[in-house]
Amino acid sequence: MRTARISYGGAIHEAFEMNGRLQLEDGRIVEEKNVDWLTPIVPRTVFALGLNYADHAAELAFDVPTEPLVFLKGPTTFLGHHAFTRRPADVTYMHYECELAVVIGKTARQVNKEDAYDYVKGYSVANDYAIRDYLENYYRPNLRVKNRDTCTPLGPWLVDEKDVPNPMDLKLTTHVNGKLVQQGTTADMIFDIPMLITYLSSFMTLSENDVILTGTPKGSVNTAVGDVVVTEIEGIGRLVNTIIGDESFQNR
Amino acid sequence: MSTAKIKWLGSMELDSVEVDVGTNSIVVDGNARCAKEHAMDIPISGTLYGTLLNYQGALKRMGDAVYETPYNSPPAAPVLYIKPLNTFNRNGAGIPMPTDESTLEMGAALGIVMASTAVALTEDTAMDHVAGFTIVNDVSIPHDSVFRPAVQHKARDGFCPVGPWIINREDVVDPDNLAIRVFINNELRQENSTKNLIRPIARLLSDVTEFMTLRQGDVLLAGVPEDAPLARVGDSVRIEISEIGTLENVVIDEKTFIRRETL
Repeated sequence: MRTARISYGGAIHEAFEMNGRLQLEDGRIVEEKNVDWLTPIVPRTVFALGLNYADHAAELAFDVPTEPLVFLKGPTTFLGHHAFTRRPADVTYMHYECELAVVIGKTARQVNKEDAYDYVKGYSVANDYAIRDYLENYYRPNLRVKNRDTCTPLGPWLVDEKDVPNPMDLKLTTHVNGKLVQQGTTADMIFDIPMLITYLSSFMTLSENDVILTGTPKGSVNTAVGDVVVTEIEGIGRLVNTIIGDESFQNR
Repeated sequence: MSTAKIKWLGSMELDSVEVDVGTNSIVVDGNARCAKEHAMDIPISGTLYGTLLNYQGALKRMGDAVYETPYNSPPAAPVLYIKPLNTFNRNGAGIPMPTDESTLEMGAALGIVMASTAVALTEDTAMDHVAGFTIVNDVSIPHDSVFRPAVQHKARDGFCPVGPWIINREDVVDPDNLAIRVFINNELRQENSTKNLIRPIARLLSDVTEFMTLRQGDVLLAGVPEDAPLARVGDSVRIEISEIGTLENVVIDEKTFIRRETL
């Protein structure tokens, strides 16, 4: 099952895919174009992985890490499907990052690798934008790069864990204005999903709707205002985002 | 007397009460009573962001390392981190010592509590968006490098006592001039002041909200002063911030960490 969270007719609803349309939890069937897509769950604590694909680490001239490189994200960076991400006027290098998002389903402490998938509620697609101009070498990647408002689209769907037989073998792609710019497979993660859940739950408690963004493969290309960026993961979803400029914001 | 927002243990709402910070007492039904007699819950509910290296002395401690690999230059913008929900802890409760550690850093911080959604604030009006101030113990496993995010050092369960209350902004004369003292087993182990901040509070709010929104109820830490004292299992830790109050906790073995327990 795939579930979305959408806004329709002045209220927030759960919605299910129904032959290209959406069935709301109250039984109404609506057209996708008539709803606003929210993040499929309200993220609680969000972990993101840096350098979790060897080819991306090499692309950024870093050695493959020996321990997961984890950072946290706050709530104001998240957006749903078909939303708008701000590119500040002064930046020279802003790139997308297509990532498999793992949503935790229940309280998890000191979980064994063998049991890790029992703690997964489902999966979604994230686009973990980075603006490299703002990188500094303190708690890198710092929040000014990775926790900017509007810079982490997540969605469209939450796909149930049981409907994804092997999340460690899914094709990821990113298209910018229809052109393929990033391609990889989750099989190339350095720390796979069970290892990440084991690692994080070894020193802290995970809870329902905590999210792990599992990193991105190589293929980072600068993006411009007006670009339509589509991050897609086989069997999980196709997340569309459009980049807008400072002229849309009166306070910039 | 100051006006404070308090969350009584077991209550779903914040209550507004008069407190005497000097004597650490609360006025309940006209009578001043010691704050220690009352179990108070965590008074905040938003996202808690910490600020790294915002004390002049803390940056000075880094020395020439800030010009060397891997840092290469001193920080230009605020360096933030998040203390996630599992770290939240309350006044009077235990701080769990991880099994494979023997000391923890007690990070005494002034918590700036937001009153309203704050986007791209200017320094002139930033304080209008502040509801008040609280005390935060930003507990860490000691670590030297600040090159990579310190999630495994800072995001452990119970590593962020907050409280005991939120003092209304109007009752704090100058938040950029508050004395901070940390006592371990009643011995003064650290003394500093928010007058030593690199970015004073209005400037910090302006620089942070340039790149991310702070929401109503979110908390931004002004920073942790240099030489954060170390505590061991059994130590009682008291952080005092003038005009704000006293936050007290005891370090316990993580095997005995039960959130509801008052020590």
